[in-house]
This record gives sequence, structure tokens and C-alpha cells, in this order.
Amino acid sequence: MNQEPMRAETDVLVIGSGAAGMYAAIEAARSGCQVLLADRSLIGRGGATVMAQMTVAVALGSETADHWSYHYSDTLAAGRGLCNEPLAQLLCEEGPECIRAMDDWGVGWARKDGRITQAMAPGHDRPRCVYVDFLNTGPAVSKTLRTAVNKSGGIRKAGELCIVDLLRNNGAIVGAAALHLGSGAPVILYAKATIVATGGLTRLYRRNSASANMGGDGYALALRAGASLVDMEFVQFFPIGHLAPRLIGMDPIMWDPFRYKLGGRLLNNRMEEFTQRYGVAEDGKYVITRDLGSYAILKEVEAGRGSPHGGVYLSFQHCPENALRESFGPVIDRLAANGIDLTKMPIEVAPIAHYHMGGIVADAQMQTELSGLFAAGEAVGGANGANRLSGNAITEALVFGRRAGRTAADYAKRLRTPPDHADNAHTAIALIATDAPTRNFNTAEMLQTLQKTMQDHVGALRSEAKIIAALDSIGRLINELGDTPPGDGNRFDMQRIDWFDLRNMLLVARVVAEAALARTETRGAQQREDYPRLSPDWACSQTVRLRGACIELSGGPRALAETTS
Amino acid sequence: MNESATLKIWRGLDANDGRWEIHEVPFEAGQSVLDGLRWIRANRDPTLAIRFSCINANACKECMVELDGKTVYACTARLQPREMTLAPLSNKKLLRDLVTEIAPPTERFTD
Repeated sequence: MNQEPMRAETDVLVIGSGAAGMYAAIEAARSGCQVLLADRSLIGRGGATVMAQMTVAVALGSETADHWSYHYSDTLAAGRGLCNEPLAQLLCEEGPECIRAMDDWGVGWARKDGRITQAMAPGHDRPRCVYVDFLNTGPAVSKTLRTAVNKSGGIRKAGELCIVDLLRNNGAIVGAAALHLGSGAPVILYAKATIVATGGLTRLYRRNSASANMGGDGYALALRAGASLVDMEFVQFFPIGHLAPRLIGMDPIMWDPFRYKLGGRLLNNRMEEFTQRYGVAEDGKYVITRDLGSYAILKEVEAGRGSPHGGVYLSFQHCPENALRESFGPVIDRLAANGIDLTKMPIEVAPIAHYHMGGIVADAQMQTELSGLFAAGEAVGGANGANRLSGNAITEALVFGRRAGRTAADYAKRLRTPPDHADNAHTAIALIATDAPTRNFNTAEMLQTLQKTMQDHVGALRSEAKIIAALDSIGRLINELGDTPPGDGNRFDMQRIDWFDLRNMLLVARVVAEAALARTETRGAQQREDYPRLSPDWACSQTVRLRGACIELSGGPRALAETTS
Repeated sequence: MNESATLKIWRGLDANDGRWEIHEVPFEAGQSVLDGLRWIRANRDPTLAIRFSCINANACKECMVELDGKTVYACTARLQPREMTLAPLSNKKLLRDLVTEIAPPTERFTD
């Protein structure tokens, strides 16, 4: 079904409408630019922001004295030596302003005696995390920003746009080509400046904590357009994702707030605490960092001391019922509806893909290496190094989004003539509007195969043999995918949508696996069973570029040795 | 014997010209209707159109369908070992199968 392309022009195109994208749109509009805010789902409801359960780290000093430099020190320490320092500094230094702006817009940060409450979280030197009760941080942040977007003049919203490729003209980015899900038509969006705010890549993993639209699209778009990515091996696993019993209507990372407020005990199948075996005695408090927590749980399972579903137990049985009720009121009722009574039973938890430290190379103005292309939020690589400090993700989304909006607006205002041509527009339209017979393959099954491969072989515990097996499997899937999408090309053609998702996901999976294979050490979220120790030679970040179909890695110690010899 | 749920699903691109399709899906206590629909896509028919984003958290509000004539979120409606009838929202414009136009008019792209 061939269709004429739809077309639109704007000053600033923002791809993705989580916190980073919405803040970028608000800021660019405030600078006087026309903005087109595109998302493949509904505006401000998909992505990762809406799923945030509790903590947002920021040196407000509202209850305990604090300064952004202390937050910065904790961020660098958590990053295990790999944080991009200007980006980390920006996050910590401008965090308080953005959190106060959100407060002014009525987000409703939890307060006690008029002061914003700040909770203690693992890896922080003092209570620093603001939140909205009960487990409502993400929905409240999304709703507040949606309202602010609606109040800003100059923002045109466009949901159901699946961005397929960035448009290039003489090396600059001039917008994007998209598949309009609601009609099946190709769309050409010309923009003076384009901001990628598509979030991370958790959908590559079978067990993940974010929305189904977090398939690393922004990384693939940037790579194919000629930009570099950095730190792609560092996928953060959240140690205590919900595993069993089956729980519906709740986010799997919901146990984090419970641990912040009530401590809780992590137990193996002998009902013994075990984290002390891996160097961190918890003593009923929540102190273990995400990288060590995931490692300890997986090692305990490997030693045959796991829970029936392949995780460990998390118990709040020692907490009095009134303490549970006071801390989590309505959530206790939702748990009861799922047959869970925390005073009588532990639940089972296991590591779950949660966040990506890697991403698009950008400077502290959110400018990528390509003219006209900017990045924001989780899509940006480097601020969190090899392991993200809890609470930094929403802060990063707000701060980087605001900065990207301003920088992109400045850039757009300097361009005299709006772009109306792209070197790759015809190729992109032809791909989106492919008139191909339905091929006999199951794209949904391929997605599951990829997710299982990544979970089992490029997950929280890695080895050379596992990663090579994953690359084989990814290679077979790439061959199976072929060069043209299947389906009838009409509206909501699921096979065609899966095909475009797989095209991005398989490229990004290859990049993660190649980067993980090259890094022959254990550091932060990269846990190599065959190289179990941190190597001082590897105190460096790897960057990735695409040359034709080849993935080119640079920045590792061998590359350094080669260039200096 | 393993229990199963029978999902009777409305399919089509035109609200006046559709068909009913029946799929048996494995049933495990505690699962959601969305789990059953996702199982069908991965194991039987990838062309079945459904929409969801958050999968399980009831945050995105995209997975609204009619279950036995009542509007539900597929992610929080429990799968049951019986015949369950699934249809697109009758008060929204149909896009395909169980997918309807739920985006507010100000969020729809037109050129």
C-alpha cells in the first residue's frame, strides 16, 4: 500500500516525550521557537519517566545541609571512575533549579512541616532524594510537564509517530523521517534543530522495568546518522525487580521505595541474609548499591541458594503492620488485591534491566558531534559512568532536557533558511512505504528471542563465551530481518512496526555486545565472570561509530596503546 | 492437564467488516489479559494489533479494550480459564483489530 508522504516543518523537533523531551520542548518554546514534540505512543505517557517510583536525587539541602559538590562526589564514586565530569557536574549543579521549577509547577514533592522531605538512598552521603507519595513520582512528574507543555504556546504535539531515520543534508541533521502509525503513511519532518530524547534500551532485555517503547531507537538513529555513542556496555540492572508472585497493575521496581522507608531484608532460600558474603552487610538497612546488589543476588542463585522462581526473597515480615500502612497506605490495598500480605510472606525479587548509562556523545550544551543534532536525558551517554547513582535519572532528564531545549533553540534561531531538502529523504520514504508481500516470519517471536539472548548472555553477569553466543544469535536475527519491512503498510501494521523496532534494537544489541566483549574487566554494571577484577588500564570509556555495516570501537586501552606507539 | 483461556478476538480494519477469531492461550493464575494477547502475537499470529506501552504498571493507559462488553485495561484485567470476548472500544474510531484512536485530537499528527 503506497502512500504519499505527509510533511511538516518546524524550528525544533523533539523526539520523545518523557521528562527530558517535554522539558526540552517547554524551554525551546520559551525561547520563541516553534516546536514539534513527537512520540511513538501517547504524549507524555510512555517511556521511562512515568514509571519512576520514588527517588529524585538533588542537593536541595531542605532538611540536611547539602551542596551540589557533595552530590557530584557521590555521582563520580558510583560511576567507578568513568563519569563524563562536565555532564555529571551539570546534572548536580542545575538539579536544584529544575526541582524547584517542578515544585512551582505543582508536582507535589512530599513535605514535612513545610519542608521538602529528602530520603536516604544507597550511594549517597546524606538524605538527598525528593519524591511524591505513594510510588507516584513518575506519574506526577509526567503530569506536571504535560500541563506545562499544554500551557506553553508554540508546541505542536504529534503522537503515534515512529521515527525511522534522521534526515541529513551536507552532514547536518535537518529533521527526521517517520512512520505515522495511525495511517501507515510516511512522514517527512523538516526541522532546523532536532533533539533526541528517546530514553534508553531496556526493551532489549526480557525482564525490564520500562515501557515497551524503550528499544534504544535514539541510539540507532544517531549511529546511522554518523554520530558516536559512548559507554554502551554499561546497562544498569536494578537488583530487586519484582519476580513472584505474579503481580498486576504495579511497576516491577516498586520495592525500592519500600526499602528506602522500611529497610527490608534480602534472604536466600535458607532464609539467611547473604549480602555480607559479597562485602556489604546490610543489617536491615538499604545500603547496597545497584551493581553489587545485582551481583550478590545472581551469585546466590548460581550457588543453588535462590528462591523457587530464580531470584531471592525480600522480606518485610519484621515490620509492624501499622508501619507498612503508614508508609504505603493505598499500595498495601493493591498488594492485598494481588493476594500479597507483607506481614505474612516474603516476595521474590531478581535483577531487571533498568537504565542505560551509555548513550549519544554530547557536550555539556547537549550538542552532539553533528550540526543540528542534540540529545537529552537517558539518551545522552557518559554522565553516570559505569554505574548510575540512585535518583539521578529524573534529575538528568530535567536538567539535560532544559539545556538541550535552550541550545537547540539558539541554534535554530541562527539558521536563516529553514531546511527543505535532505540527501536521504527519498530512501527513507521508500523504506517506510515499502510495498512488499507479507513474509512468513514472526516479528513478535524474533523480539522475544532477542530479549532472551540479551538477558541470558549480555545481562548482569557476562563472559566471552556468552557474549560470542549472543553475537551469533543477533547475527542470525539480522539476516532473518532482511532489508525491507513486511506487512500491508496500512494503519497499525504490527509486523511493520516490529520490523522497524527490530532494525534499531538489533543494531543497538550488537553495539552493547561488542563493547561488553572488548572490555576485559569488571567495573560497575559490566560484570565479567572471566575477568572478575577492575583493571586500571580500563579506566577509560569506549566510543562506537558505524562504518558501513561495521561497528568501530575506539578509546579502549589497546586502541590507546596503538595510537601512542 | 494444563488449563487454558479461550480468547475470542475481533479482527479487522473496518468497523463494519470484521471477523471473530478464537485463540487458546495457556493460563497461569495471576496473569493479565494483556499477557494472553502478547502470547498470541509471539506464538500464533504477529499481525494481531494491540497497543500498550508500560506492559504491567497501568501507567500508560493505552491498553483499553472491551472485555465481555465492559471497558477494561488489558494489563489489569485478569486472564481467566474460560471464554473471554475482546473487542475494540466501541465509542472510538477503529484503527485495526483491538486498536482504536484514543489520542486526544490535539495530539494527532496531520500535515
